[in-house]
Amino acid sequence: MIGYILRRLVSAVLVVIATSMIVFLLFTLGPSDPAQRLCSADRCTEERRALIHQSLGLDKPVVEQYLTWAKGVFVGRDVSYGPGFSVDCPAPCLGISYINKEPVFPTLMERFPATISIALGGFMYLIVGVIIGVLAARRRGTSTDRGLVASTLIISAIPYYLVALLAYLYLVLKWGIFSETSYVPLTEDPIGWAGALALPWLVLTVYFCVTYARFSRGSMIESLSEDYVRTARAMGVSESKVVAKHALRAAVVPVITIFGIDFATLLAGTVFTEAIFGINGIGRTALASITQGDLPIISATVLIGSVFIVIANLLVDIIYSFLDPRVRLS
Amino acid sequence: MTTVDRTMPEPVVAPSSAQQEPFLVVEDLTVQFPTHDGLVQAVTDLSYAVELGETLGIVGESGSGKSVSSMAVLGLHDAKRSRLEGSIRVAGQEIIGASKSTLRRLRGNDVAMIFQDPLTALHPFFTVGNQIVEAYRLHNQVSKKAAWNRAIEMLDLVGIPEPQRRVNDYLHQFSGGMRQRAMIAMALVNNPKLLIADEPTTALDVTVQAQILDLVQTMQKEFGSAVIIITHDLGVIAELADDVLVMYAGRAVEHGPTKEVLTHPEMPYTWGLLGSVADVVSDTSKPLIPIPGTPPSLLNPPSGCPFHPRCTYQDHVEGSRCVSELPLLRPGPRGESHLKRCHIKDPETLYQEELKEEIMG
Amino acid sequence: MSEHVQTSNGHTPLLEVTDLVKHFPVKSTGVVRRTIGQVQALDGVSFTLEKGQALGLVGESGCGKTTTGRVITRLYDPTSGSMKFEGTEIGQLSGRQMMPYRREIQLIFQDPYSSLNPRHTVGKIVGTPLEVHNIVPKKQMIPKVQELLEVVGLNPEHYNRYPSEFSGGQRQRIGIARALALRPKLIVADEPVSALDVSIQAQVINLLQDLQREFGIAFLFIAHDLAIVRHFCPEVAVMYLGKIVEIGSRDQIYNTPHHPYTQALLSASPDVKQAAIGGRRERIRLEGDVPSPINPPSGCRFRTRCWKAQDVCAEKEPPLYEVGGRNVACHFAEPLQVVQVPVVSEGATAVSPT
Repeated sequence: MIGYILRRLVSAVLVVIATSMIVFLLFTLGPSDPAQRLCSADRCTEERRALIHQSLGLDKPVVEQYLTWAKGVFVGRDVSYGPGFSVDCPAPCLGISYINKEPVFPTLMERFPATISIALGGFMYLIVGVIIGVLAARRRGTSTDRGLVASTLIISAIPYYLVALLAYLYLVLKWGIFSETSYVPLTEDPIGWAGALALPWLVLTVYFCVTYARFSRGSMIESLSEDYVRTARAMGVSESKVVAKHALRAAVVPVITIFGIDFATLLAGTVFTEAIFGINGIGRTALASITQGDLPIISATVLIGSVFIVIANLLVDIIYSFLDPRVRLS
Repeated sequence: MTTVDRTMPEPVVAPSSAQQEPFLVVEDLTVQFPTHDGLVQAVTDLSYAVELGETLGIVGESGSGKSVSSMAVLGLHDAKRSRLEGSIRVAGQEIIGASKSTLRRLRGNDVAMIFQDPLTALHPFFTVGNQIVEAYRLHNQVSKKAAWNRAIEMLDLVGIPEPQRRVNDYLHQFSGGMRQRAMIAMALVNNPKLLIADEPTTALDVTVQAQILDLVQTMQKEFGSAVIIITHDLGVIAELADDVLVMYAGRAVEHGPTKEVLTHPEMPYTWGLLGSVADVVSDTSKPLIPIPGTPPSLLNPPSGCPFHPRCTYQDHVEGSRCVSELPLLRPGPRGESHLKRCHIKDPETLYQEELKEEIMG
Repeated sequence: MSEHVQTSNGHTPLLEVTDLVKHFPVKSTGVVRRTIGQVQALDGVSFTLEKGQALGLVGESGCGKTTTGRVITRLYDPTSGSMKFEGTEIGQLSGRQMMPYRREIQLIFQDPYSSLNPRHTVGKIVGTPLEVHNIVPKKQMIPKVQELLEVVGLNPEHYNRYPSEFSGGQRQRIGIARALALRPKLIVADEPVSALDVSIQAQVINLLQDLQREFGIAFLFIAHDLAIVRHFCPEVAVMYLGKIVEIGSRDQIYNTPHHPYTQALLSASPDVKQAAIGGRRERIRLEGDVPSPINPPSGCRFRTRCWKAQDVCAEKEPPLYEVGGRNVACHFAEPLQVVQVPVVSEGATAVSPT
């Protein structure tokens, strides 16, 4: 068991390091020149640009640049972008923004709670989806079941951003069922926090739960036809316990595995969610920095995103090994 | 289950008849499954009885209805997806149409089942002990600790070494033979009066199969229970069963004491089964005698005798009765206890004089 | 490239297997996966098979019989040892060099459901080997496939159908037609009938025997069913934990088994014809299960379950001794008087005049 987790942990760390290298390479080999953003066009001379390059270390080999950057992640560093212009970037330093010249990491951390709050909706759609899926599996072939399958097809045919946009237009602007609120930190006002997020959560849950419902329906039908479920029935286990204990335990394993993989989609989805519902989270920041060409912020969000995906998958693996002793004990 | 509700003025079941009836009685059982392609006639008009302490072997090929009929004894067919007719009585208690709670009280308690492949028939995510404890506590109001002790005791009884340790193991940590032993331990934990073993050794190696068959026999002697053993292997039947029931296309085609049926078979399908199996003594220069063709579709069973499309002895029956008329399951020339479903007048003479040497070689 | 080795009497057997070994590495579960052991699936197996003959391999799961079949058809590469096909060493040939021998050695699988591609027609399934090896011009493909279907007892007009339209027995016939397409000299049949219903098994066995006679194909017949192996094979090898423990003629193995394991196997297999006549044989009951092939017992691998085991069995691995005509790997090989198979048929004596 410990060996299994340790092995997963090691590979998780390796994945994060590899991602950081790729992100860094894209960043340095990309077509855009940091100096362009750091000195305004009219006053930017060739000389000044070269100076900025030199102080950012862009004239050094890529490997050295990467090592400097990686060292900064752990111990912090001073980032200077020209003589006399130096910003202290404490650990973990992921660079400084080209626009406001502030360290990237604290900026993103400010936005972080809002994004995590939205991502909670992910767990809601997982749970709601599994519950609907189990019910549909029990009522296989009935109109409830067929309705579910049909609605999955319809919903998955519409892009997510359109659903979110329509929900905002109708439920907030036209009918006023939900009030237009901006994000309030949980620690300040829990009710305001939930109120502001109610609509995004609802949209996320409705949109994504059908996929999970359909997926868990299939998984559940399969596990309900397993021999050990028949054995449980033959031993006199009540039907509700057969479903909730014997069948569900096996059925959730593939669903959770998919959720781990799907976590990236959820993170990408927050970009739309934040933009449409006006929530100031990491997604929105990333979106803004793309238009402004603020490379350090883009690469930092990509890196943080990958760390989260890796953590999510690590958690899935651990949950998986708890559910299935064959993984744990082999 | 036979206790009569005292508040009722008159007992519904006359105690005397309930007492005399065998422990399990199946009468005119018909099981059908409606599907998109039509009605699957899985079991038709099946009747048999098993006494306590007795072993009935049900033999047949895939699709013969042998497993479907025994699942019906536990009421395991989904009412929404199947049609059941006839009567199944366990200790006088009617199973067909019985309430869910009645069935639950019965399952795993009075009647227990062992399935073919223990690796799929037990849950991979729960320990072996956990599953035995669950089965025990469903029917006994005992503490968890007492139930665990019972589980250890049962594992010991079925011959699993170090039961205190193995009780905490998962299925995948057991070998094939031990898995089937664990399955048997779970089935026997509530001292069932009827044990149904559905192909209990098909997935096992020969030497392990022998161990398991011995175990089933020992357990039966110990508990005095009735046993139904379902198999496609006539050899297993020959070694274990007191009575044998041969099924074909959802119907009983021959039924009687095992030794009688195997030495004086009266139905061409049974002849065919005996002729198709190789054995370790007969003359190897003679080819096996297969049954031509393939088993019929249960969506559209043949007219008349279900075996007639594959039967090579129809010239022993006058006219085309085999095609037009379903033979009844009736006693043949060898007495009341030996039933066969065949139009042939004197199968005994035909078998003894013409076929025996060829089949039993 | 190929060295022709002839046996002392100047004739070359079709297949000569000597000290064949196949080990599968076992990886550790730690952070770094190291090889921590070997599954000794096959450990020094030797036998010869003559042209047109049939050798049966019997034993329980994990004994190495299936691995033997797969090494001989080069689905697995042997770890060591020699396999000579008509005198040519084929154990180490590259894929390209092996090509002509793949034609000569064909495999019939156990499961007639998973071994046929459900998306290909029967014609395509049976015709593919002909196409791969460029045997038949495109135009003559259909008649050739139809001919093969007819040989295995299928309707030749059905070449355009898919496997799902056939029953288990018919699918196995399709698999046989595919194996026959290249007119092989050797067919490795791995449990060819164990997935079939009893009444269908006999049909397929009879078909295989007819084909063997008609085309002079040699068979390596792998099965756990002792009775079927006896029926099909004049020569039988009994395997246990990656080794042959007894090898000899059908009568030697079945009438006077000398190895305790052979004796136990025979006594454990239920036999309807014996039991029906009341001749239940005295049973030998083996304790426990087959040990792990990763860490097999020292000396004789069967000793942990053997009632005859002495100290010497743990110390010294018994070689194949020649006792009573057959070869048997046991320090205490002798016929077992108690379970000597009683000839119980009333009247008809069951001794085959070979």
